[in-house]
Amino acid sequence: MENALPGQTKTFRTGGRWKFIVGGLVILAAVAYLIISSTQANAQYFLTIDELKSRGPALLNKDVRISGAVVGDTIQYDPKTLTLSFTVANVPADNSVIDKEGGLAAVLHAAVVNPKTTRMKVVVVGQPKPDLLRNEAQAIMTGQLGNDGVFRASELLLKCPTKYQDVVPNQVKAQ
Amino acid sequence: MIAELGFGILVIAFAVAVYSAAAAIYGGLRNQPAWAESARYGMLLTWPLITLAALSLISLLLTGHYEVEYVYNVTSNSMPTYLKITALWGGQSGSLVFWSWLMSAFASAVTLRKWDRDREFLPWVIAVSSITLAFFLGLIIFSQNPFVRIWVTPSGQQLLSMVQPAGASLAVVADGLGLNPLLRHPGMIFHPPMLYLGFVSFVIPYAFAIAALVTGRTDDRWIRITRRWTLVAWLFLSIGLFLGMRWAYDVLGWGGFWGWDAVEVAALMPWLAGTAFVHSVMIQEKRGMMKRWNMVLIILTYDLVIYGTFLTRSGVLSSVHAFAQSSIGPVFFAFIGITFGISLGLLLYRWPELKSEMQMTSVLSREALFLLNNLLFMALLVVCFWGVNFPLLSELFTGQKVTVGPPFYTSATGPLWAGLLLLMGVAPLSAWGRSTVKTLGKAIWKPFAASLVVLAAVIAAGTREVSALIGFWLVSYVILVTLYEYLRGAWARHRRAGENLLLALWRLIGRNRRRYGGYFIHLGVVLAALGVIGMQFFQTNTQGSIPVGSSLQLDGYTITYRSLAIFDTPDGRNVARAVVDVYKNGAFLAELYPRRDYYYASQQPMTIPGVRSSLGGDIYVDLVDWQPITTEGATFKIYHNPLINWLWIGGLTFVLGALIAAWPDGEKAPAPSEAPAKEAALPGKA
Repeated sequence: MENALPGQTKTFRTGGRWKFIVGGLVILAAVAYLIISSTQANAQYFLTIDELKSRGPALLNKDVRISGAVVGDTIQYDPKTLTLSFTVANVPADNSVIDKEGGLAAVLHAAVVNPKTTRMKVVVVGQPKPDLLRNEAQAIMTGQLGNDGVFRASELLLKCPTKYQDVVPNQVKAQ
Repeated sequence: MIAELGFGILVIAFAVAVYSAAAAIYGGLRNQPAWAESARYGMLLTWPLITLAALSLISLLLTGHYEVEYVYNVTSNSMPTYLKITALWGGQSGSLVFWSWLMSAFASAVTLRKWDRDREFLPWVIAVSSITLAFFLGLIIFSQNPFVRIWVTPSGQQLLSMVQPAGASLAVVADGLGLNPLLRHPGMIFHPPMLYLGFVSFVIPYAFAIAALVTGRTDDRWIRITRRWTLVAWLFLSIGLFLGMRWAYDVLGWGGFWGWDAVEVAALMPWLAGTAFVHSVMIQEKRGMMKRWNMVLIILTYDLVIYGTFLTRSGVLSSVHAFAQSSIGPVFFAFIGITFGISLGLLLYRWPELKSEMQMTSVLSREALFLLNNLLFMALLVVCFWGVNFPLLSELFTGQKVTVGPPFYTSATGPLWAGLLLLMGVAPLSAWGRSTVKTLGKAIWKPFAASLVVLAAVIAAGTREVSALIGFWLVSYVILVTLYEYLRGAWARHRRAGENLLLALWRLIGRNRRRYGGYFIHLGVVLAALGVIGMQFFQTNTQGSIPVGSSLQLDGYTITYRSLAIFDTPDGRNVARAVVDVYKNGAFLAELYPRRDYYYASQQPMTIPGVRSSLGGDIYVDLVDWQPITTEGATFKIYHNPLINWLWIGGLTFVLGALIAAWPDGEKAPAPSEAPAKEAALPGKA
């Protein structure tokens, strides 16, 4: 059904075949190299506040990624120097633990309300104050823990708050 | 009342979809057309049913029934009507209803086509679409129900339930939270539906592929039937991605458009697989090769679509911690696993019948370059998959969660994108079947030489960054090759038929819409690449607090702070709006109004940049903070984004090209027995 073009042969060509195999292997190797080298250069430990504190000395001044609950009262922003500081409270990383404690919203709330949770001060410099930064937001930060125990973040991600606002509104009344 | 109605209809639609799937499979296995016909009517029934359910939800949204939890979460009294309607896809459960509605619309449209000679496909196409539809409807009914209401027990406790709990009464809620302000943007209103349209329409070619595998009709018929579906699916997916970038650029106030966030990568992955598929089906049509590969690609695309829907809509997104945290996670993974397993099983079963009709003979032939293109797209897919799943993998093998961020994606995908650009400049000039360095060189040298002139000009203009130079050269080379192809084709017609050049060009495109539409798409891609290069290598920024009347400097631009106003708006916002003037080398360019809106109801601020756009780039001003009473003035963060607008121009060109390629043919489609002969007579290279 498919018409062959003039000069096209269906015969097997050994000469052509090894070129394809070598070419394929070269590409495969190049892609593998790209992925491995990029991973090595950019991999960061993803830790909870507890884990970072307990492993502190080994990870001092190394790029890591941490996640925690923002404590709203501690948010400070100096617009002159674009310096943002706030405290985050430890939230568990284990999904089954989060589920058991009633979901992410509940876990974040509990972490902020309970004064016994491990806390860490975070400083971010050079960014506008993020719109999503507020009490009980989940912050995911990339940066380094300094000798003074302050986490200097170069990147700050905040999880969209509509995802975990109180499910049931306060204004609700019975009919 | 309406909530019960909507939910009841969804349950019926779910039952109908399950019945359709069962009847179609039974009819297909037993070869009983009556059952297939019954399944078809079932399929057709789901669309009006889901339409009614969606309308019920919309009417709840419009009339402010805030006792319905979904309505409470996504609408408020102050929202305009069009936003209340689009709130249908403003949250997870509503958007699943919308997804199902599109799915049933597309599946119904397919079952209405003339099946004549393809009747054996019918039951299996219906089976696949019904199963997919039933899965999503089941998800809505059992876990993501948008009609759930808030109830209050006599003791004052609040409950969420579909049916009335004993003794409880319906809550009275005066106002809702309103749609997240970040989503109240035209880009966000159209971005999800476009993405979904793309996702959903890829189900159709997959359904035909499975039908071909089950029935053993493994020629290229399934590809020819779904060619247009595939293009349309791919077009919508692409539009969705572009709109998402535009939204990120306009709304998030961070001066960028793509952050390699897990959600973005999730939407990109089906696009990568789909783009590889769009290219490789051409080889099967023209040369009868890559049949197994095409099956693999469409199966991958389908499951990546499901995966993408899950990731983008399950709320597990930006946190790598919470990967499978949502309760629907396991269900999704089970569905993906099962469909993937069955599809691969069918493929292996038909493996011997899907043998290539020809051998690849020449490394520089068009089909070999298409193969290379596919390999590069697959490599991109692997990079993305690796990046998204790396935390899971590393935890599995080392017990440590390790993540990779945007720099990983940039460094791993950069060379691959460059390779694809280069291919765009070589493949269109190579011949099917056989191509040598000599024949290819002969076709290429003119545009190649011209591109070197452009490169020299760019160097002379002062660019020294090597990666950027490679990028600029690739862009100019591909543009030149593409224009050269158009011109050569038009010139040949002009010489042969004596048409004037413009008419020749018009007819050339009209007669080979797929090919020249495709080149148009290539043009769009390289123009967009120009914008990406500008942002990647030349973006600069500055920031500072300045009193009224003072200025900030950036790249020869002067940004002067004029005034600030703070006021309330009737739709529940508090707005702080600055006026700044932009000068370039002393000459006035524009007045900008960066502002910060504070939404009282959701207590959320939103930064809206003031942007001055030109083909050379944007000056993008964020109002960071302000002290209205003191003399300290306000704080601004300013970005200079060179060439960014070429990204949007490229996007529009891309869409136009895809429309040209997918536009329905005026004449009746030729019978398939003639079609290949006709197309083979038009060799790829003029």
